[in-house]
Amino acid sequence: MYHKEKSIQIKNSASALYNNLGVLRIAPRRLTYFTVVHANVVNMVSASWDGLNYSHRQLQSKEPNVATSTSLITQAAFCALPSRDLLVVTSQKGIQMYESDGSIMVYWHALDTPETATAQAVFARGISAVCESYICVGLSTGAILVFDVPSKGSNITLSDVMEGHKESITDMASECCGGEVCIADLVSADDGGNLCVWQSGEEFKLLNHIPGFDISCSSVKLWKGTVVAGYGTGQIRLYEAVTGILHAEVNAHARWIYSLDIAPFSGLLLSAAEDSLVRVWHLTMTPESHSVEIAHLYNECVTDTQICGAKFCDGDGYAFAVTGYDLSEIIRYTQS
Amino acid sequence: MSVRTLPLVFINLGGEMLYILDQRLQALNTSEDNSEKGVWSENDRRRVMNDIVGAMFSKDFMDELLKPQQLYSHRTLKTVLTRLAHASIMRLNQASMDKLYELMVMAFKYQVFLCPRPKDLLLITYNHIDTIRGFVRHTPVVVNQVDETHRKIIEVYSSLPEGEFQLLRQTLLIFFQDMHVRVSLFLKNKVQNPNGRFALSASGPVPHGIDVPGLIRMFDRKGREVSRSEFPTGGSYTSPIREGCFELHGDRVIRLGMTMYTGNNPEETHTSKASSVKKDDAPNLLAKEELNLLARLMGSMKAENTPETETGFRINLFTTDQEEEYAGASEGAAQSLFRVINIQAMQDEQAATQLARIAGQFAEGDKLPEDLSSSKGDDLLAMMDDL
Repeated sequence: MYHKEKSIQIKNSASALYNNLGVLRIAPRRLTYFTVVHANVVNMVSASWDGLNYSHRQLQSKEPNVATSTSLITQAAFCALPSRDLLVVTSQKGIQMYESDGSIMVYWHALDTPETATAQAVFARGISAVCESYICVGLSTGAILVFDVPSKGSNITLSDVMEGHKESITDMASECCGGEVCIADLVSADDGGNLCVWQSGEEFKLLNHIPGFDISCSSVKLWKGTVVAGYGTGQIRLYEAVTGILHAEVNAHARWIYSLDIAPFSGLLLSAAEDSLVRVWHLTMTPESHSVEIAHLYNECVTDTQICGAKFCDGDGYAFAVTGYDLSEIIRYTQS
Repeated sequence: MSVRTLPLVFINLGGEMLYILDQRLQALNTSEDNSEKGVWSENDRRRVMNDIVGAMFSKDFMDELLKPQQLYSHRTLKTVLTRLAHASIMRLNQASMDKLYELMVMAFKYQVFLCPRPKDLLLITYNHIDTIRGFVRHTPVVVNQVDETHRKIIEVYSSLPEGEFQLLRQTLLIFFQDMHVRVSLFLKNKVQNPNGRFALSASGPVPHGIDVPGLIRMFDRKGREVSRSEFPTGGSYTSPIREGCFELHGDRVIRLGMTMYTGNNPEETHTSKASSVKKDDAPNLLAKEELNLLARLMGSMKAENTPETETGFRINLFTTDQEEEYAGASEGAAQSLFRVINIQAMQDEQAATQLARIAGQFAEGDKLPEDLSSSKGDDLLAMMDDL
């Protein structure tokens, strides 16, 4: 179904972090941006669609002062809003937001660090754009920060703090319903496998809480009102967001899942885990039974690699890209 | 990220160090070595083990490690491990220590990489502790220290959720990133490929608590299962084996963390670097936090062992021809192939207290006069370089 294309070499290897691959497609300029996190650095590559031009850039995590050691980055993700695209980087010390090409940092939010060291690690993790103009970022405390983003400029403000989780946020996802009315537009996941479903607005409203089983949910996606969640047990579960009804459960991988992605136009689902496998699935809505079905389509084994990031490069799922721990390349696959 | 890595790092890396030392010390008895004192007796070997294990599992040192703190640089780790090794009458030179560190780190990286579930990091640690207990079994005082530490580890770590263990594991993996030193034993056992990367199998038993992949179940709105189907997994997985024991004594089941070194074959520890090698980090001053940690750890260890003889026991850790060349090229054909680093207890105590005092000055306030801070920092680095 897919064949391997030429890989993109990056300056450093990828770190073992959940969802460690960011992809942004810039159709008007026939370019795609990729981001891969390595310790305290984000490697950015801009790749032209004709495969001839690659330009690289590195972004560092911001240190509040010289006396402290380097701040490790937990995640880098693109936030595509109707008015603009931003690149958000979360680390042990705070949240950085850049213009999507990484050229200018437009906003910095420092995390509250406790006076004396606690046994709990402190960091931000879990990034999602939420229509129309919000960016949400999760924290190790379980809180979620909501930032209001103007259509241009750097006047970004913290507008809300949501408390729905007691454990560290692992990942967040949203879907933009365009003109249609959307009930649920944000889902957040934590280290206990708990999922919270939210409705955005001036004040975000918690619509539903889907309890976990003490197994981390490391990656989560929202598609047509369905939550798709990947767990440390290698399982994928499909829930109806607003009601919490379980549609399907898949014993998908033999090790911890690190990344999920959905191609929204075709309903293709990508799952990748530490077991070195990437799997492609197909989600179909069945309006008669008000449910979602999942079918397996394809496997790809990345030999001897614990995969940490996998994303579709386009909305149809025609191509996808993969990163692995200790690998200094972005591996790409295209439909045959 | 995780602030609980240090105890596990030191027990596991220290354990690997002891496995290698144990193998080498056994070898010295039978091979024609050229250490000045001749043949090592069983008592000599036990003494070395007791001294190092006693230092590593001392209450003060462990208490410092158990405080929540970040994992810093390889440089700091190597400094402290060297000091631990020198708690015995043995003396290792810089080249030997560098080589030893590479072996230790690659072994632990392999164990962390292949760890079936994040929580199994504890079983790997307990495998190391079990073997260490065996090394010092003839000395009840040291066995007690090991048991006490083991109990403390059980107390602190047993209740951590899997998500926190995975964060710990991710922190360790970031620390070991880009290290691809090829170890001949690993290559021989096919756990490592010629390119330096570890082999990952898509077959075998799944970890405890994970279901064998391949099943899709669908449910209706009332929660009843309406269909079951299978998909091809591309691997051949089998049911999980039983879970290992997390108590003080018991069958750990997984073998990661047990020694891989057999007999006295020096070829096993032959290493070669892959083409891209992670350079030792921190060419500049270490951050204040890191200096503080170093000062506290050094301060919490007993004063260094002063050998009765003037030079202590020099041992050739790595004795294949190639390694001798690599390590002792500048010495010529002299009998002693390694330079001896003679660190006397007095100097060391001074260094430790001075480190602690300097760290204290840094901690009191950031307002340090410019010239003072930089010169103290330089002194500190110079002192560490001398170790």
